Amino acid sequence: MANGDTHRQPRSWPVRQVRRILDLPNDDLRKTLLVTLAVCLVCSVLVSFTAVSLRPLQTAYREGERKQYMTAILDAVPGISDLVEGMDPAGLEERIVDLATGTYADSIDPRAYDQRRAAQDPSMSTELPKDRDVAFIGRRANYATVYILRRRGSIELVILPVHGSGYASTLYGYLALEGDGQTVRALTFYEQGETPGLGALVTNADWQAKWQGKRVRDASGRIRVRVASGKVDPAADEALYEVDAISGATVTSQGVSRLLQFWLGDDGFGPYLQRLSKRRG
Amino acid sequence: MKNEAAKALLHPLIDDNPVTVQILGVCSALAVTKSLSTALVMCVALTSVLILASTTISIIRRHIAHNVRLIVQITIIASLVIVVDQLMMAFAYGMSKQLSVFVGLIVTNCIVLGRAETFAMNNRPGLSALDGLGNGVGYSLVLITVGTVRELAGSGTLLGVVVLPLTADGGWFVPMQLMLLPPSAFFIIGLLIWAIRSWRAEQVEVPEYRVARAEEPPGSTQQWTI
Repeated sequence: MANGDTHRQPRSWPVRQVRRILDLPNDDLRKTLLVTLAVCLVCSVLVSFTAVSLRPLQTAYREGERKQYMTAILDAVPGISDLVEGMDPAGLEERIVDLATGTYADSIDPRAYDQRRAAQDPSMSTELPKDRDVAFIGRRANYATVYILRRRGSIELVILPVHGSGYASTLYGYLALEGDGQTVRALTFYEQGETPGLGALVTNADWQAKWQGKRVRDASGRIRVRVASGKVDPAADEALYEVDAISGATVTSQGVSRLLQFWLGDDGFGPYLQRLSKRRG
Repeated sequence: MKNEAAKALLHPLIDDNPVTVQILGVCSALAVTKSLSTALVMCVALTSVLILASTTISIIRRHIAHNVRLIVQITIIASLVIVVDQLMMAFAYGMSKQLSVFVGLIVTNCIVLGRAETFAMNNRPGLSALDGLGNGVGYSLVLITVGTVRELAGSGTLLGVVVLPLTADGGWFVPMQLMLLPPSAFFIIGLLIWAIRSWRAEQVEVPEYRVARAEEPPGSTQQWTI
């Protein structure tokens, strides 16, 4: 190789090709296509790189926000924190259910919806005919807020707000069902004004613990879960569905039975629970 | 050359302000000026997109085919906007939630495309960057003015700090509810344009037409005189 040639190193093949394309007139079809493609390629690499590299930071913010939201629910909804104790609250979801159809009404913002106020508003609630008003509540809101706890995608727990007349007051509480919608996980009452020491025992933890594992319906589909009229014989068939009565508080006990009957029935969450178990099956 | 650079940077501030003279980017000026902090973040976002877009487009300006130039420009602008949006979501999550779609809508902000098409396509990258900066600051001046007035009159605060104590909190200031609504930004921008054009009369546009005097039908005036 001659000495002089080493100074003027020939450009490598790709550089020569790029130069050749750039030297074409701008309106040349090949150049138009190649320049446009190159711009798109560079832009997509830039966008993908930013999106992917920043994702961990963004997810951290979103997680934080979700945790905050969950804590807000747990603070705002009395009694619910006991139900989800020991479970991962990050899986908790708040949804609105159209009670008539049992479908989710996602057009309503759960944070803005107040079921108790809606139950008083004629435009947002339904008056119950006497013979169907099992729980003696008069009107029922058309939409209800339910809380769903998911674990690995499948529903672990459905928490339904329930209320009904007791002896001296209206009982407000939450009924937590297993994902199948057929087994009671817990029943709690967060607001009541029953006789202290008698009806007020609905808030007693020992009595509430008895609800765990009770079945809602029997094989024929009849709602059987209720408070018994006395003590339940553990050997009897009823023990699958019934819980001991609170002694000295017959009316309160019946009130609890009636509110369960109502909210699990067709005028309550019946259609919704049916959809849940169908989707599961 | 120095003159050229100074002109590219300073001309868009008042004499050729994108909002008050060219009436561009008004949409976002209405949406994000309810509080000064959102306005400031929007200014930073738009200015950075504007500088980067103008510079990039200016670098490749000689190789963009004339008939696809708008597509290429928008591709670059949109990518930069996504990058800025992603950065905000990663480092200023709360603010990006407040600004919601408006950062994404910088893509459709006429100022960015306008500068790319009229300036960056015909000038050197350095000059284009200065022009982008100048226009970004010009836009920012208007947004900061509007944001200051709206937050002060609407909530009695500036950047969240109480300046005028509200009657609701035991102070004396009754906030103007109108200032919290987007139309108030229209009024403020309108008044701003009026003020600037009274100061710089050369900005007043020549009317496109004049209303002609209607010819009076003969005798009509007398018939109606009693």
